[in-house]
Amino acid sequence: MYKYDFVRQLDTKGGDRRQNVLHIDFTLLIILLVLCMTGLFVLYSASEQSMYYVKRQATFMLTGFTGMLIVAQFPVRFWERFAGLFYGSALLALIAVLFFGVEAKGATRWLNLGFARFQPSELAKIAVPMMVSAYLSRRLIPPKLKHVGGALLIIGIPALLIIRQPDLGTSILVFTSGFFVLFLAGLRKRYLVGAFFGSLAAAPLLWLYVMRDYQKQRVLTLLSPEDDKFGAGWNIIQSTTAIGSGGLSGKGWTEGTQSQLNFLPESHTDFIIAVLAEEFGLLGVISLCTIYLLLVGYCMIIAIGAQSQFARLMAGSISLTFFIYMFVNMSMVSGLLPVVGVPLPLVSYGGSAIVTLFFGFGILMAISSEPKRIGSWR
Amino acid sequence: MMRENAISDPQQEQRVFSMRVMLSVFILLGLTSIILFRYFDLQINRHLDYVTNSNKNRIHIRSVAPTRGLIFDRHGQLLADNRPAFTLNIIPERAKHTDQLIAQLDSLLSISDKDIARFEKRAKRSKGFAPVPLKYNLTEQERAILAVNSHLLTGTEVSAQLMRFYPQRELLTHTLGYVGRINDREIKNIDPESYRGTDFIGKIGLEKYYEEALLGKVGTEQVETDARGRVMRIISKKDPISGSHLTIHIDSQLQGVALDALKGERGALVAIDVKTGGILSMVSTPSYDPNLFTSGISQKQYDGLLNSPDRPLFNRALRGQYPPGSTVKPLFGLIGLQHKIFDIDYSIYDPGYFFMEGIKRPWRDHNADQGGHGHGVDLAEAIIESCDVFFYTTGIKAGIDLLSEQSALFGLGDITGIDLPGEKRGIMPSREWKKANRQQNWFDGDTINMSIGQGFMLTTPLQLAVMSARIASRGKAVVPKLLKSIDGEEIAPEFAPNPIEYDDKYWDYIHQSMVDVVHSNKGTGRGISKGLSYKLAGKTGTAQVISIHEKEKYDSSKIDKNKWDHALFVAFAPADNPQIALGLIVENGEHGSRTAAPIARKVIDSYLSNSYQESRHNDASKLTQYSPTPIEDD
Repeated sequence: MYKYDFVRQLDTKGGDRRQNVLHIDFTLLIILLVLCMTGLFVLYSASEQSMYYVKRQATFMLTGFTGMLIVAQFPVRFWERFAGLFYGSALLALIAVLFFGVEAKGATRWLNLGFARFQPSELAKIAVPMMVSAYLSRRLIPPKLKHVGGALLIIGIPALLIIRQPDLGTSILVFTSGFFVLFLAGLRKRYLVGAFFGSLAAAPLLWLYVMRDYQKQRVLTLLSPEDDKFGAGWNIIQSTTAIGSGGLSGKGWTEGTQSQLNFLPESHTDFIIAVLAEEFGLLGVISLCTIYLLLVGYCMIIAIGAQSQFARLMAGSISLTFFIYMFVNMSMVSGLLPVVGVPLPLVSYGGSAIVTLFFGFGILMAISSEPKRIGSWR
Repeated sequence: MMRENAISDPQQEQRVFSMRVMLSVFILLGLTSIILFRYFDLQINRHLDYVTNSNKNRIHIRSVAPTRGLIFDRHGQLLADNRPAFTLNIIPERAKHTDQLIAQLDSLLSISDKDIARFEKRAKRSKGFAPVPLKYNLTEQERAILAVNSHLLTGTEVSAQLMRFYPQRELLTHTLGYVGRINDREIKNIDPESYRGTDFIGKIGLEKYYEEALLGKVGTEQVETDARGRVMRIISKKDPISGSHLTIHIDSQLQGVALDALKGERGALVAIDVKTGGILSMVSTPSYDPNLFTSGISQKQYDGLLNSPDRPLFNRALRGQYPPGSTVKPLFGLIGLQHKIFDIDYSIYDPGYFFMEGIKRPWRDHNADQGGHGHGVDLAEAIIESCDVFFYTTGIKAGIDLLSEQSALFGLGDITGIDLPGEKRGIMPSREWKKANRQQNWFDGDTINMSIGQGFMLTTPLQLAVMSARIASRGKAVVPKLLKSIDGEEIAPEFAPNPIEYDDKYWDYIHQSMVDVVHSNKGTGRGISKGLSYKLAGKTGTAQVISIHEKEKYDSSKIDKNKWDHALFVAFAPADNPQIALGLIVENGEHGSRTAAPIARKVIDSYLSNSYQESRHNDASKLTQYSPTPIEDD
């Protein structure tokens, strides 16, 4: 620790702080702006060309941006030091949901704070990788079995609490965000292989004892959507139809019949990629993927350049989780994965997800704007 | 913790991390490729399939029902109209839970079990995207409720369609008939293509007879709909061709007079244009409002009509079969003259009774108690005073074969060929008929009964009218027709294949005798002669409902009214240039002279006083034109 500080002080001597005064990473900022603009553009068409959703979404984004810039001002050490507190509060909030949660659409995910509704599982998306990063950054690498166990406990408790709400999508994201930290921290290959086969073995158990009927239904629907054309299969049939009918270059902005005529459900939230695919075709999909990959790639560069193990793990986890958002969403809408409620990051309408994502990017900015040790990498 | 930290190696940490990031990049690129491959597969390889699916989703071919042809009377008075009515439909494909939706609608509008049962039956045959009607004839209030709640009622739709309306209500029900919803039996016999988009079919009367002409040709529309089934726009359309407009010979005003004259009675009247055979009036009472049937009559209302002792649903004019009684006397007299059974000078002695050789029981005349008509009763007197004995005597002479064969020429015993469905033949008995239907030989006694229009003989009021028209026109065998013109194109009168070629002097004789029935002071119809400005030829008739024993006297006060004699009358006028002929019956009206004849007078009076104004109004070109475009409503 001391040595670490010492090296850092040595490295920063002479001041490489020009760009870091405001702790803003302009490259990251610009990519995010481009993504947000793209998102608003698609959202306008996806929400039946109403400015209502676009305005609200823009407000969320503005809030998110502001939040990001504020978060970026905190030194990374701050988050490392208070990770435990942060994680503990998230856990408490999740437990509170069990008792005082507000129900909506058959799920209890929200806490009513009087002035606003608050979704503690969003907090967990940041708190879990942060806690695991903090935990593992103080351990030897590759993590020993007991530390792996410790990390899994940190991940598992909130993940299970979230599954109970039920919110499979968020739970998966929380779990993966934590697991990525383990992976990036050098989790031994045998554990990885073990985890792979372990999950294969656990699948039947999950099916029998953990998964709820509606969740099983979603898996069955994925396999044969035509069985229940107008019920469970409807969403996926309509979304694949929207995507497929878009072709190479799409039907044109606001010209997608599937979305504009309301055949496509949840067109402005979880299924928004189908609108983009229908109206802008494969070219639109590739363009969006390119922006996402640029973003993820750039975030990974930030992670590699990070000054501490905690920062590295945290930054890496945020980047990979962001990718998983995109991957899961695009897969479920196109019928590759069962429908779990994962939005398309920064494009799907929805305030909580946006604010959480920007929180993560705020931490990335903080990491990226930290003074660099010269020649520290390689 | 401190110990572990102490030996942690930042270089190694960074190296391991970088390796893992590299590994992640590969995995990321791999996963991205999977996604892009999937999108490529959907959007490029299977693009056309999905374009088809997407179009199937939104583009539907919708049938546009043609507008049913209108029906006008001879003066252009509208008899059958089309008016918009609103229907609540469910689009099964769009309504995810139909039962739930119906329950929801029930709480808003209250939907009857019958409606639900019908809906479910129809939903089974429906194609999913096609709207299935749940409730018909929405009131304005109901439509408002639906409009307010439409966001909750995904899969419902309110459609407007033109519905048959009969503005004259009960005026012409039995003749015009009505349309109703196509039932299970009918659906098997119709061409489904022609009836796509149409729920209605002519059930009875003209509406049924001219169904094909009235229906029109179905049109199609390619429409784009949203997921709720709401039509967003019409992509292309082929207009339906509306049904033909019919003008019928009926004179509404005359019809009204006749209906009014028969009010309160069970009876029927048919008036024919002597020259063309056009039906000027055709009444069956009691009548009812046909509009009840177009939108689905309630069981209670239907039972009321069905079980009424007056049998309003029964079309007496076309299907009521009654003994013609004395109304056939001029015809039988005419046949006797023409076929030299007797001549104009022939007369008999009428003691009031007629004895036939070998039979003890005499046939009574109606005035047997007064000693009959006495000496020197010739055909004219027999017609004017309605002497039965004369016809018993001459009937036997003429024989069943001649009477049967010749009467057929005047339209008795067979369908007249009127353009209405369900006409009854009546009975003009013959030896063959009795063999076939009674398994007995024909006896002279049967001829005697028949010679005064009793016994086996039965006629419909329509046949009586045809008979008097053919007598009036001196054998021009007009066929009765309702249709006057179709889409403005006049229909030529039709004549029966076998002409009636009788001598003029016999026509004159019979016409004069029938004029004297009304105009001479001994005539049975003299009661209606007062104030006549034209010559009215007629013949009264009374048909027994029950047989009275020869010793008994018919006394209506001792008999239930529904067993009283039927009163009949046949007539034509003006006698010197006949224009209108009619036949009518008043069930249990007792005497043709007292009950039936005055009704005939009213009708003929009305017709002749208006008839010369006719040509001025006879203009079918001012038909109302309806747009075939269906009215859309959400």
